[in-house]
Amino acid sequence: MENFQSTLGQVNIASIIIFLVFVAITLCITYWAAKKTKTTSEFYAADRSISGFQNGLALSGDYMSAASFLGIAGMVSLKGYDGLIYSIGFLVGWPLVMFLIAEPLRNLGKFTFADVVAFRLKQKPVRIASSFGSLMTIVFYLIAQMVGAGALVTTLFGLPYEIAILIVGLVMISYVLFGGMLATTWVQIIKACLLLGGATLLVIMTLSHFDMNPIKLFEQAADKYTDSVLSPGGFVTNPWDAISLGIALILGTAGLPHILMRFFTVPDAKQARKSVFIATGFIGYFYILTFVIGFGAMVLVGQDVITIFDKGGNMAALLLAESVGGKFFIGFIAAVAFATILAVVAGLTLSGASTLSHDLYVNVIKNGKADEAGEVKVARGATLLIGVLAMVLGLVFKGQNVAFMVGLAFAIAASANFPSLLLSILWKKFTTKGAVASVITGAGLAILLIILSPTVWVDIFKNESAIFPLKNPALFSMTASFLVGIIVSLASPEKEAQNKFEDEKLRTYLGIGAE
Amino acid sequence: MGINEERVQEIVNSSAFKELVSKRLKFSITLTVIMLVVYFGFILVIAFYKEMLAVKIGEHITIGLPIGIGIILFAWILTGIYIRWANKTYDKNVRELRNQVLQK
Repeated sequence: MENFQSTLGQVNIASIIIFLVFVAITLCITYWAAKKTKTTSEFYAADRSISGFQNGLALSGDYMSAASFLGIAGMVSLKGYDGLIYSIGFLVGWPLVMFLIAEPLRNLGKFTFADVVAFRLKQKPVRIASSFGSLMTIVFYLIAQMVGAGALVTTLFGLPYEIAILIVGLVMISYVLFGGMLATTWVQIIKACLLLGGATLLVIMTLSHFDMNPIKLFEQAADKYTDSVLSPGGFVTNPWDAISLGIALILGTAGLPHILMRFFTVPDAKQARKSVFIATGFIGYFYILTFVIGFGAMVLVGQDVITIFDKGGNMAALLLAESVGGKFFIGFIAAVAFATILAVVAGLTLSGASTLSHDLYVNVIKNGKADEAGEVKVARGATLLIGVLAMVLGLVFKGQNVAFMVGLAFAIAASANFPSLLLSILWKKFTTKGAVASVITGAGLAILLIILSPTVWVDIFKNESAIFPLKNPALFSMTASFLVGIIVSLASPEKEAQNKFEDEKLRTYLGIGAE
Repeated sequence: MGINEERVQEIVNSSAFKELVSKRLKFSITLTVIMLVVYFGFILVIAFYKEMLAVKIGEHITIGLPIGIGIILFAWILTGIYIRWANKTYDKNVRELRNQVLQK
């Protein structure tokens, strides 16, 4: 493909039509869901009516962001094997979610993971701390998604950045505001099917150039770019960096509020468990597809062409789609990428709104005594607030390098949310003070250390060298969060919390009393 | 069917319940450790013995390819093993204990 011409950045009619059809269908679903969304359980948890299989698909929809689709395919196209190492880190958290978190979470909680942390502790301080960890995770994740959305749409469709933010914001707010969790779930399911289907099609069309044999594809890649693309390269230069990133990805997955929230949509622990099995399968399959797509782009499009369009390789999957399927297919994949962003921000917004309304308004301000109708109203108000905030942040951070914010969101989730959640499930002597100290330490250290790290201190603030050596702080912030949580708990025994642990166990393991 | 409060204490202190909890913890922690060892083992091999994964098994194909894809499949298979165990063994024990608590 010496004279590769791309229509990328031009108005693509196919893409616009496919995207409009997606928006029209999902808004119809929202209209249908809105009629079934009146109580709090309906708004936050789709009245626990989602099956394990559906929730598995929705979880994978929540997790497979456009960043992981375009970003990982791009990384593979430029670096080969190293991209695979990165995606493995994103997958390995899921089995841990199943073994340690999913079932106790479903049995103990009502709408948010803070329900579980606060289960036998003093509601107010724990809810405030957990909400802080939760909101920090969501806000950084949202900024990365919104800025990514704006940039992507500008490149793909030639629309102005601000218009892209406006479209994403307004459509996403309509899903959540009117259709609550039910609409959000179906948006995730449709998006997951589109993304998995689109990526599968792209792989089939790519492999048709290689007699349907992926080995031939890898061999041609090695012929073209030397054997080094088929083995680890410079991804791991400092083992501590790799371990710290691994911890952030794995334990962060188990502490993402919008993922954890999905477990309250299924009827019981058995379905919660099943949904992780389904999600892990689809996400793993998806990462294998992106690996083949990356190599396909490397061979069929070429690294030189890929870097012309984006230095980080983010356009690799789209260029490959155009190369094997023409203008219609690139339009289709572009529309899928846009739909993907919409779905992920909808999930994040719902989760942020539930933290504001369920954790802070009801359980802190109203002492746990708010009437149903009132709480749903507050939840809808909170949705509007988070949605508008997402748009404003998207505009404020325009053109900024926000790639590190996903890593930061995972680091906070791993350091603030995961330790307190795990300790509250497993450890009898965990106390209110311990929980609060653990969350504050984890979130505070994660944010402070990433500012001092090479990621921000050098790459963004342009200092000569970093004060903190690792690119991701999770190794330190997560360990500190556990240690502080344990030490403070031991120093401040809480009789009541210990007594309640037996009742909690009955609910954790047998599901008796679960909502 | 309401919860019988007296039975709650009895069940919580019963050896059957304690056994169930410890069985569950043992199984899930074992699987967790296996997953972490496999993943961080992989990362450490990359950090210190990178060339091990560059060993050729074909003209160009390296052993790193099946290993990398294999870890993805392994993670999924582990969740499958857990589900199988939970559906077969754990759920049955849970049902028995639940019936005892919720009876009468």
